Amino acid sequence: MKIPLIYNIRSVLHRPATSLATAAGVAFVVLTFVGMLALANGFSAALISTGRSDNAFVLRKGADAEISSGIGRDQAAILRTYPEVARSADGSPIATADVYVVVSKPRVNGTETHMPVRGVGPEAFQVRDAVSIVSGRLFEPGRSEVIVGKGIVGRMRDVAIGDRLRFGQQDFTVVGHFEADGSAFESEVWGDAESLMSVFRGPVYQSMALRLNSAADFEAFKARVEGDPRLQMQVKRENEFFAEQSNFLGNVLRFIAFFVTIIMAVGAVFGAINTMDAMVAARGREIALLQTLGFKPRSVLASFLIEAVFLAIIGGVIGCLLALPINGIQTSTTNWQSFGELTFAFRVSPEILLQGLVFAAFMGLVGGFLPARRAAKQVIAVGLRRH
Amino acid sequence: MTRGTLVIANLRRRLRRTILTVFGLATALFLFVTLRTFLHTLQTVGDVGSESRLVVSNKLGIVFPLPLAYRARLSGTDGVAAVSYASWFGGIYQDPSNFFANYAVDAESYLPMYTEMVVSPEHRQAFIADRAGALVGVRLMERFGWQVGQTVTLNGTIYPGEHRFNIRGVYEAGRKGFDQSSLIFHHRYLEELSRGQGGDGLTGWYVLTVSDPNRAPEIARTIDAAYENSSAPTRSQTEKAFNLAFVGMYGNIGFFLNAIGMAVVFSILMVAANTMAMSARERFAEIAVLKTLGFTDGDVLKLVIAEALVITGLGLAVGLGGAMIAFNLIEFDMGGFVPGLSVTPTIALTAAAITLVITVASGAVPAWQSARLRVIDALRYVA
Repeated sequence: MKIPLIYNIRSVLHRPATSLATAAGVAFVVLTFVGMLALANGFSAALISTGRSDNAFVLRKGADAEISSGIGRDQAAILRTYPEVARSADGSPIATADVYVVVSKPRVNGTETHMPVRGVGPEAFQVRDAVSIVSGRLFEPGRSEVIVGKGIVGRMRDVAIGDRLRFGQQDFTVVGHFEADGSAFESEVWGDAESLMSVFRGPVYQSMALRLNSAADFEAFKARVEGDPRLQMQVKRENEFFAEQSNFLGNVLRFIAFFVTIIMAVGAVFGAINTMDAMVAARGREIALLQTLGFKPRSVLASFLIEAVFLAIIGGVIGCLLALPINGIQTSTTNWQSFGELTFAFRVSPEILLQGLVFAAFMGLVGGFLPARRAAKQVIAVGLRRH
Repeated sequence: MTRGTLVIANLRRRLRRTILTVFGLATALFLFVTLRTFLHTLQTVGDVGSESRLVVSNKLGIVFPLPLAYRARLSGTDGVAAVSYASWFGGIYQDPSNFFANYAVDAESYLPMYTEMVVSPEHRQAFIADRAGALVGVRLMERFGWQVGQTVTLNGTIYPGEHRFNIRGVYEAGRKGFDQSSLIFHHRYLEELSRGQGGDGLTGWYVLTVSDPNRAPEIARTIDAAYENSSAPTRSQTEKAFNLAFVGMYGNIGFFLNAIGMAVVFSILMVAANTMAMSARERFAEIAVLKTLGFTDGDVLKLVIAEALVITGLGLAVGLGGAMIAFNLIEFDMGGFVPGLSVTPTIALTAAAITLVITVASGAVPAWQSARLRVIDALRYVA
């Protein structure tokens, strides 16, 4: 026969201090776990949300990032003529050939980082329709003007509207700020490709994004590009390319998260065993009473195990609640793959919270087993003698 | 029975708890020391950089090249003893996840300048003699099980195609913390294989040795002023500052790691102090007996603290010792990701101080309770 669950719940509530002490260890582990994964998740999410699956993204063969790629004007012209590329009402291809560089600039706190600067073609805002101006206006092609993603506004110097950003020997005036659904574009400075080309690397683009007639046309487009001997290019879906750019640092952050949390969890489980042991010892009479009433050792074991898991889940919930306020906190770091600064927000997702709770329950199960077994193996007479 | 044996007897009575508490503390202290060490290493990466070397790069950023033609003028700058140059290659060995640094250098000037790279004379000669030769850090050799004489193929990311290099020698670090996981090859070879791709006559950065480190800032200013209005303005800084700038690129990730480290310490305090306080609380009866036998409150306090000290001391020994063995002895470097991890005396002392605080905190509650204890009440529980 099973011991009713209400017994465990009342036990936990009856000793709030001891219960809380046991749960606190678990809570801290879950807080760390959720916090660190939210950091990794937020970083990845910014890149994963960048680009569309019906945009084809072209880089030079072998290049693993925009920064190491190069596309000539003639090659860009060829790509525009492909039949899979969607056309706007006036018949012009919806495609943009981009200049992409990272420029050494200071953050507001004075530390140096690399500001990503993207020079785009006139159709860029059709190709990337998530981009929209939130204040100021668009840059005018041919003029030394740029717009700044809202992710770096307030984080880098000289990016307020009206400020001047110096690139090489030329000043560019910031004329607007834009947003792009929280994607990596929001960490970039955008200007006219032709104007930026002349101050940076000369007449070569780094990447090209082309809207396809439909996402299903991707394979045909890819085959055509890779089969064209005039081009030595590789093609990816735009969203997949940016998602891949998060692999390295995303994995490093996740590795650190798991490394730290697992070690912490071991410590917390040791602590949980101790507190549960003490609880079992303190409840010797109670357990003896249960046994006298005819509950089998198996039921006692199950009951204490359930109590441990219950306590751990309370800890897990506390940890999750403590972690909630970090959701949305903005930070930035260098994404080593693109070599540019990327602003992103901590992202506490339901999945992470659920993982945290499962992790907590698991800690409760592991930490509760030895004490529960001790309870189950208790000799009635000894237990009854305890105070 | 001496007090020492009494303490030991107490600890052995609940052996499982003692062991668990010791290891609980040890894991937390290990983690604390690891995080601090990791952060400290990142912060002091600049120390590996020399102050008598200047790095001259394109003012726009490290990804922009400089003309090779600057070499002559840089050599002629007053106070500059030697000039070398290098370019990032960014080759991938088999798979992008095998990342390691690989770059082209002007070997004849680079090796004499980087005395930290220890190479045997035979290896040096063999490397210099082979135009497609490469010199590889000892850690990198171990990582992939490479042998001297072997040919390795790197896929170019910046320079398209598959490029083959003959490993002609191995270098070791002559100074702790200096990188041992790079592959370097001849700049001439890079120029050969990239001819006509728009990179002709360019290099990634220059390295200069200055005859007097005190004059480094002044020399840097002179150089930057000279190229101020050219098509490729320069930015000169000591190698130390250059390295630190790279660390700065991480942003406040370090701050978050530090915050987590503190959360860990706080939870150690909670868990450990709670356990030890609990174990003393359970012993009302025993303390009553001791007091009946004539032990003063001071004696009881000493006992409780002594017991706590043994537990925390063992925890410190295992946690801190484990970290020191991992980093200082085995030189665990996270697969070359962070070389030169080393537990500094300051970090070790911090860990010891934390341990002391936990000891006092966990001993305080039971000691206070024992002082308040009325012997007659407690004796009722003596079995």
